[in-house]
Amino acid sequence: MPGAIHAEGLVKTFGDVRALDGVDLDVPEGTVLGLLGPNGAGKTTTVRVLTTLIRPDSGSARVAGIDVLKHPNEVRRSIGLSGQFAAVDEYLTGRENLQMVGQLYQMSRRDAKARAVELLERFHLADAADRPAKTYSGGMRRRLDLAAALVVSPPVMFMDEPTTGLDPRNRQQLWDVIQELVGAGTTLLLTTQYLEEADHLADDICVVDHGRVIARGTSDELKARTGGERVEVVVHRPDEIEPAREVLAGRGKGEVAVVRHTRKLTVPVTGGAKLLAEVIRDLDARGVEIDDIGLRRPTLDDVFISLTGHAAESAAADDEASDAPGKESAA
Amino acid sequence: MTTTTTPAARPLAPRPRGGVAQSLADSLVVARRNIIRLTRIPEMIVFGIVQPVMFVVLFSYVFGGSISVGGSLSASDYREFLMAGIFAQTVTFATAGAGAGIADDMHKGLIDRFRSLPMARGAVLTGRTLADLVQTTLTLVVLALVALLVGWRTHTNAAEVLAGFALLLLLGYAFSWIGALIGLSVRTPEAATSGGLIWLFPLTFVSNAFVPAENMPTFLRHIAEWNPFSATVQASRELFGNLPPGYVTPDAWPMQNAVLASVLWSVLIITVFRTLAVRKYRSASA
Repeated sequence: MPGAIHAEGLVKTFGDVRALDGVDLDVPEGTVLGLLGPNGAGKTTTVRVLTTLIRPDSGSARVAGIDVLKHPNEVRRSIGLSGQFAAVDEYLTGRENLQMVGQLYQMSRRDAKARAVELLERFHLADAADRPAKTYSGGMRRRLDLAAALVVSPPVMFMDEPTTGLDPRNRQQLWDVIQELVGAGTTLLLTTQYLEEADHLADDICVVDHGRVIARGTSDELKARTGGERVEVVVHRPDEIEPAREVLAGRGKGEVAVVRHTRKLTVPVTGGAKLLAEVIRDLDARGVEIDDIGLRRPTLDDVFISLTGHAAESAAADDEASDAPGKESAA
Repeated sequence: MTTTTTPAARPLAPRPRGGVAQSLADSLVVARRNIIRLTRIPEMIVFGIVQPVMFVVLFSYVFGGSISVGGSLSASDYREFLMAGIFAQTVTFATAGAGAGIADDMHKGLIDRFRSLPMARGAVLTGRTLADLVQTTLTLVVLALVALLVGWRTHTNAAEVLAGFALLLLLGYAFSWIGALIGLSVRTPEAATSGGLIWLFPLTFVSNAFVPAENMPTFLRHIAEWNPFSATVQASRELFGNLPPGYVTPDAWPMQNAVLASVLWSVLIITVFRTLAVRKYRSASA
């Protein structure tokens, strides 16, 4: 059975830029897919296609079992969208915003009103309910935006960079809300530039770059793909580099990388903590003084670099280009 | 379409009613939102009123007495002649408001929010233009009071005067659809404001609004007489009884049949620009 979100061969070009270059996705019901990539990778465009905001040049997509291109209005009943530019009316109060969205989801005025009260309570906005959203902090606005996306408890949710620009405390708060939501069975597609966020929230991750999915799998699978664990050693004196290299070559499962000026040596290993203890004993036996040693597991950052040849943040300078909602930067 | 139902799927949005009833309901929800905004930014209303009031005062006292209307150089005749022109120019300035408002909604991502909702497609724009109509009405009421203060009078019955204002409001409503299309087509609210105003100056000046068209060179006179804007000015002047005694109505068809021409022009503008704007709204996003 196809997932709650299913897309095949999505292509979308803006002028010369191929924003989507054949994107395939499948998100099983009740799971979270993290779409991970730098600005301009095609994340937002993917979300916009799936939420009926733009039509792809080719390809097909179903959301909640409904064909996105044939029955966009049916799809709109079943989805909630929370964008990276908190789309709430800043001159309306929190309550007025939610009530308006409820009514536009075709709820009766009374139901929309009642639902607004519920959501304001749940998102800790009850105290600010009757203040214009203009007076809200960044975190409050995001929560209001998220609440607006949840007015009808849609079975499928899309969140486009939900925590971009939030401070760590607000980010953690928003993560908690998202996890609660997913715990209740909502299917979620989430885009992010933060590897940590995808790691934290997503069951599956699709790494996108230049409009293509370049890797997919669970966080662990993607990490395993970059070669697993490594031992990293920083020795105290330059003349200790050579004996340390010999030790690591003996214990490790590959070539030893050496950075001379920082006196740092790295080698892929298997065997975890037990092996680390053996390495320490060996180095000690050779009289090597250790400044720092650790077992390093690859982060998604490493995954991204090994897949794309550049770090996920490297395109952050293109931020401006994606300022206008709907325009993915061409980077 | 019910092939998938997740546990969380219980309260799906109610099935849209569709059709005219839903369009109207959705438009009113959006109109209400825009009117609430207006009350929270009262300076928008104030500036909208100050400008035409300034025009009333400037034109009546600076030009009054130097412009011949129907052979009369009387300042009070000119003042009466002028008012319909200022009223008409004022209602067309709704274009800039609608344009800037919609461009701002695009910019802030609100249009995305609306477009992802199961709402009637034209409702965001219709709601906006209806709210503009409310604002224009308010402006026009204040302006008419100021006009009365500086000596403007009508010389017809109440029904005709109301009909005159109705034509002005219809013109304003039509122009806010032009604004809607501009707002959807530009990148920033600032561009929408200037894009909504610049062409209004030649349009409203090459017309019979401030001076009688018959004083213009032949080429401009033809343009002025067929200018959609002139038809409404002429029609409301007739309905207010503001044409000076010696005034001879030009032979051009829209001037001879000003009320009909005014309605036709406005309906045509609404039809064309509403169609274009709704199409743009559906496909385009930023």
